[in-house]
Amino acid sequence: MSASARVRWATLLAALVAAVTLGLAFGPVPIAPLDVWRALAGVGDAAVVGIVRDLRLPRVALGLVVGAGLAASGTALQATLRNPLAEPYLLGVSGGAAVGAVLAVTLGFAAPGLVPLSAFAGATGAVMLVLLVARAAGGRADPRLLLMAGVVVGAFCTAAIMVALATAPEGAVRGALWWMMGSLGDAQWSGVRWVAAYVLVGVALLALWGRDLDVLALGEEAAASLGLDVERATRRIYLTASLLAAATVAGAGLIGFVGLVVPAIARALGGRGARETVLASALAGGTLVVVADLAARTALRPAELPLGAVTALVGVPFFLWRLKDGATR
Amino acid sequence: MIHFDDVVLGYGAGDPVVRGVRFTAAAGHLTAVVGPNGSGKSTLVRALLGRIAVHGGAVRVDGRPIAGRDRREIARAMAVVPQREEPAFPLAVRDFIALGRFPHGGAFGGHTAADHAAIARAAERAAVEPFLARRTDELSGGEWQRVRIARALAQGARTLVLDEPTTYLDIAHEMAVFELMDALAREGHAVLVVSHQLNLVARFADHIVLLHRGSVAAAGTPADVMRGDVLERVYEWPLVVSRDPAVGAPVLVPLRGRGTR
Repeated sequence: MSASARVRWATLLAALVAAVTLGLAFGPVPIAPLDVWRALAGVGDAAVVGIVRDLRLPRVALGLVVGAGLAASGTALQATLRNPLAEPYLLGVSGGAAVGAVLAVTLGFAAPGLVPLSAFAGATGAVMLVLLVARAAGGRADPRLLLMAGVVVGAFCTAAIMVALATAPEGAVRGALWWMMGSLGDAQWSGVRWVAAYVLVGVALLALWGRDLDVLALGEEAAASLGLDVERATRRIYLTASLLAAATVAGAGLIGFVGLVVPAIARALGGRGARETVLASALAGGTLVVVADLAARTALRPAELPLGAVTALVGVPFFLWRLKDGATR
Repeated sequence: MIHFDDVVLGYGAGDPVVRGVRFTAAAGHLTAVVGPNGSGKSTLVRALLGRIAVHGGAVRVDGRPIAGRDRREIARAMAVVPQREEPAFPLAVRDFIALGRFPHGGAFGGHTAADHAAIARAAERAAVEPFLARRTDELSGGEWQRVRIARALAQGARTLVLDEPTTYLDIAHEMAVFELMDALAREGHAVLVVSHQLNLVARFADHIVLLHRGSVAAAGTPADVMRGDVLERVYEWPLVVSRDPAVGAPVLVPLRGRGTR
C-alpha cells in the first residue's frame, strides 16, 4: 500500500471512530468520550454502560450499515450507468424498495429478515421500470432522461406508499414520516443484524466486482472489447445495488443523497479504481449517516429532525453544484 | 487474424446492414476498411465485439468462429479500440492502460509481474510514457488516442482493430497513428483499421476493402481499389485519382460540385 493510500484509509477510519464516539456520547444524558469507550468495554457505571450499549449503540450501528449500503449502492450505480448523479434515492430504487417494505408490513409479513426481501423485490421492479421508461424516452445513455425517469418512478412509489399507509389499520405500521424521511430511531438489534448481513454481503460482492465496475465505466463497447460480458455484469450489479438500497430502506426508511455525495467524496480522496471507491464509500457513508443522525437528534433539541431531511439539506446543494459543474455533460 | 466469411449482419428483423462480406485481415498486414458513412464499417467492428447478431456466415478470430467463445479469451487474441469512448470518471493514464490486462486477470484483478511488463511495454510502444501520471481528462486529442491504443496493446493480443482512430486529429498526430499501425503490422500483428482517410490508407495499407451499402465493392491492393470510376460510384461524388509526385501513392482528389470543377 502506498503512503498516500495509508493516509487515505487512516483518515477514513479516524473520521468513522470520531463519528461513532460522538454518536454514542450525545443524547439526553451526555457522556464523556472516554467514558463511552469504557462503557463499550463494559467498564464503569452500570447505568452508563446500559445507555451506551443497549440504547445508543444499536442506533449508531444501524447508521453505519445504512450509510455504508447507500454509499456503496450509489458508487455501483454511478459506474454502471456512467452517471455521477446516479444514486438509489434519485433513481427511484429506494422508493420501489419502500413500496415493497410497506406492502410486506401492511400485509403482515413483518419478520425482520423478510421485510428486506420484499423491499428487494420492489427495488428490482423500480430499476427495471426506470430503465424501461428511460429507454422508451430515447435511451438510457442520456443521464438527464435517466434521472427524470427515476424521479417520476420515485414519485409514483411515494404515492403508492401513501395509499398503502392510508388504508392500513391505525398503529399497525410505522408512520408515513418514518418511511418518507427516514429515521434510525427504531433501531433494535434484531433488525440491525439483518440489515448488516445484507449490507455486508452486498458491499463484499461489489468490491469483488471492482474490476468489472472499472471496465463498465469505460462504456459498453470498450467494456466488451476488454472481454467483459456487459449484460451479465450489468445485471448482477443492478441486483446487488438494489439489494443494498432495499436493506437500508427496510432498516431506516428513505434516506436520499447519501449515495450521491459519498462516492464523490471517496473519489475526490483519490484511489485507484472502483474496488477502493466502493470500500472507501462504505466507510465514509457510515460516518456521514451517523453524523447526520447526530445533527438530526441535537440541532433542535428536544425536537428530532427526520434523518432524510438532514441528508437532503446537505445533498440538494451538492446535487445543484454537480449539475452546474457539468456532471451530466 | 480475422476472417469475415460471407457475413450477414443486421439489427432486429429489418433488412441486413451487412450482406455477404468476405475478407481476411492477415498477420503482418495492415488491412483497411473504407467506405461512405452507413456502408457498414462500424457494424463489422460491432460484430467483432459480439454486440450484433450474426445472421449468416461466420466471423472468425484466429480461425475459429467467435460465436459462443469466451469473450475474455477473444480479448486476449484480439484488441479493439472502439470509435468513441469517454471514461465516466477520470483515471490516471497508468491505471487506464492497466485495464488492458482485464482479460488476463483473475477474480481479484491484482497485477502480476507479467502484467506490469506488458503495461510498460505498451506505454513505451505507443509513446505515452511522458504522461503516465496525468489524468485521462487532461490529455489532448492526439495523446488520448495514443493512450487508448496503449491500453489495446497492453492486452497482448496478436490482432488489433482500430475504428476510425484518427478522427479529430491534426496531420502530425494522424501520421503518428498510421506510422504506429504500420510498425505493428511489420512486427507481425494483424492490424485492421476502419478509416475515412483514403489517402493515408492508400499510402499505408497492404490491403483495402471498400464497402458500399453493406457489401464489398472492391478489395485488393491500394492500386486495385483506388480507381476513380469505382470510388466515384461508391461515394457518389465526382473525383479523380492521380499519383502523388512525392511518394508515388494513389491520391484521391474530390472535385467541386458537378460541372463546376
